[in-house]
Amino acid sequence: MIEALNLCKRFQDKKRGEVRAVDGVSFTCRAGEIYGLLGANGAGKTTTLRMLATILEPTEGTARLCGHDIVEHPERVRANCGFLSTATALYPRLTAQEMVEYFGKLNGLDSAVLKKRVDEIFDRLEMNDFRDRRCDKLSTGMKQKTSIARTLVHDPPVMIFDEPTLGLDIMTARTIIEFIRECRDRQKTVIFSTHVMREVEKLCDTVGIIQGGKLLAEGTLEQLRQRHGEDDLEEIFVKIVSPHYAVREVV
Amino acid sequence: MSLRNIGIVYRKELTEALRDRRTLITTFLVPLLLIPVMGMGFTGVMSMVIGNAKKEKPKIMVLGGTDSPAVVDGLKQDGKLKVVPTTSDWKKQIVEKEIRAAVEIPDGFQENLQENEAGTVKIYIYRGELKSELAASNVESYFKEYRDGIATQRLEANRLPGNLLRPFVVKTQNIAPPEKEAGAILGGIIAYMLIFMCLNGAMHPAIDLTAGEKERGTMETILSSPVSRTHLVLGKFLLVLTASITTAVLMMVSVEVSTTVLQKSHALDQIAEEGEPAPQLTLGPAAVASVMIMAVPLSVLFSAVLITIALFAKSHKEAQSYIAPLMFLVVIPAAAATLPGVDLTLKLAIVPLLNVSLLCKELVTGEFHWNYIALIFASTCVYAAGALFLAVKMFQRESVLFRS
Repeated sequence: MIEALNLCKRFQDKKRGEVRAVDGVSFTCRAGEIYGLLGANGAGKTTTLRMLATILEPTEGTARLCGHDIVEHPERVRANCGFLSTATALYPRLTAQEMVEYFGKLNGLDSAVLKKRVDEIFDRLEMNDFRDRRCDKLSTGMKQKTSIARTLVHDPPVMIFDEPTLGLDIMTARTIIEFIRECRDRQKTVIFSTHVMREVEKLCDTVGIIQGGKLLAEGTLEQLRQRHGEDDLEEIFVKIVSPHYAVREVV
Repeated sequence: MSLRNIGIVYRKELTEALRDRRTLITTFLVPLLLIPVMGMGFTGVMSMVIGNAKKEKPKIMVLGGTDSPAVVDGLKQDGKLKVVPTTSDWKKQIVEKEIRAAVEIPDGFQENLQENEAGTVKIYIYRGELKSELAASNVESYFKEYRDGIATQRLEANRLPGNLLRPFVVKTQNIAPPEKEAGAILGGIIAYMLIFMCLNGAMHPAIDLTAGEKERGTMETILSSPVSRTHLVLGKFLLVLTASITTAVLMMVSVEVSTTVLQKSHALDQIAEEGEPAPQLTLGPAAVASVMIMAVPLSVLFSAVLITIALFAKSHKEAQSYIAPLMFLVVIPAAAATLPGVDLTLKLAIVPLLNVSLLCKELVTGEFHWNYIALIFASTCVYAAGALFLAVKMFQRESVLFRS
């Protein structure tokens, strides 16, 4: 379970002065549910998710993942979540297996458990063919699988996906979508960000629409449709976002 | 738990480093191959130049002296000189290295000798030109011998003992132990190379593990793992330190091996003064070991500083451009230590880098001033600890890790 409580992130920019990347975002995401964070580029999606994954520290507010506070116990939070984005690359000079093992070890798995976990994951994701191949020699699809294996190795109850399909071809993107769905079926808490309406429609139990660092609307797809009297998610999105949309925020 | 995590990070970085060609080149190939090749090449060329210069019969011209045939003939018969026909453009020929020197014999030299007033023999040379100076010394020694001969004749003519003009002999005798001699020759260079190697060995890994990781997009991946940032940076630091120390140790081994080989091969005999033994270049195990020990705090300092600087960069290239000025900065104290007359004092013992350079100079000459060694080791450790603290602090800063 994820509870975000008034999350704020401000930073200083030389040209723009103080920038409020995330400005008081609160939401709740339960186990066995997929929460979709929908927003344009620069809306504050990545910053929010990075704060949840404790890669960034909030300026104000906090969040709890499985009861662990992201400010007080960032290490415990990281031990309980898997973070995947198109920006999370693999170590080029490690083999796929070494990569997954490295993260298993950092998560405190002892060697017997780790070996069992790795074998299990490699079997399930059909990765045994390129087990000992270096990550820089893998195809995009293989890399994605290795990244998934890396986030799964410690079997975290919370999964955070930051635009996981960005720049991927259809087949690879489908693997990811499939994987996200599987996470939900295994009763994990899943949050993911995207600006692709189709993905939201296909996956999300709850949608949060974010713009200018603020959560403007939240609810199930059905609730949003009723509230705004539109059937098409894109129309709903534009309706909600356009009054708050300033050109300078698109960077 | 904490030490375990540092160990995990270190082992993973080591695995990657050993698969990285550039790290392997700077850590192993440069000290093991470049040093001997450079050292032997340099010594080889030097001894060849000096040897050739010594072997070559320098061409000289005799100006005047037509009325002193005995002197001129003597010059012509001297085995160490080659007298060529005199031309009017002798000066130009010296400048253009056609001939090496010219000797001017005053008019009526031989005749005037009988009356003790023969004037001055002038040798024209091109100073700074090794072969020209060698020619001059050959001409000079010919004339000295000639003068001594005449003096002896005169003494004999007056029935005076031969040693009348030389009541005693002055002789210089070298008592410096061989390793001290090596120190004088190698001391400054060793310190200079040590600093350079410690820095060079640390440079590529330091960039690769920080800016390189940002560039490849693995920084975000690793930051999402439970390892704390302090443990992460310490694991990385240990790897950079390993590379730096390995480079320095291999360099010292390489220097010792190549100097021993040079010594055995008699390549240095050419450089030695005639009749003297070849200069001793090998340092001996005590000096090598003590220089290696000094390399440790130095490597800690460089590793931490390089990690701190490279962390600011977003890419490998950017990091290199930040670090390039550092290379020049480091050279200054290292070069200052090679200057003659710059010796260890209490004040200089706390100047970073310069102190290590000066100490290396002393260690190599076989002198061990333990109070200085302790002070310099301690002060370098303090600087190193400060730099490491800074590196750890920088690694906690989002503005540095996610600079955009």
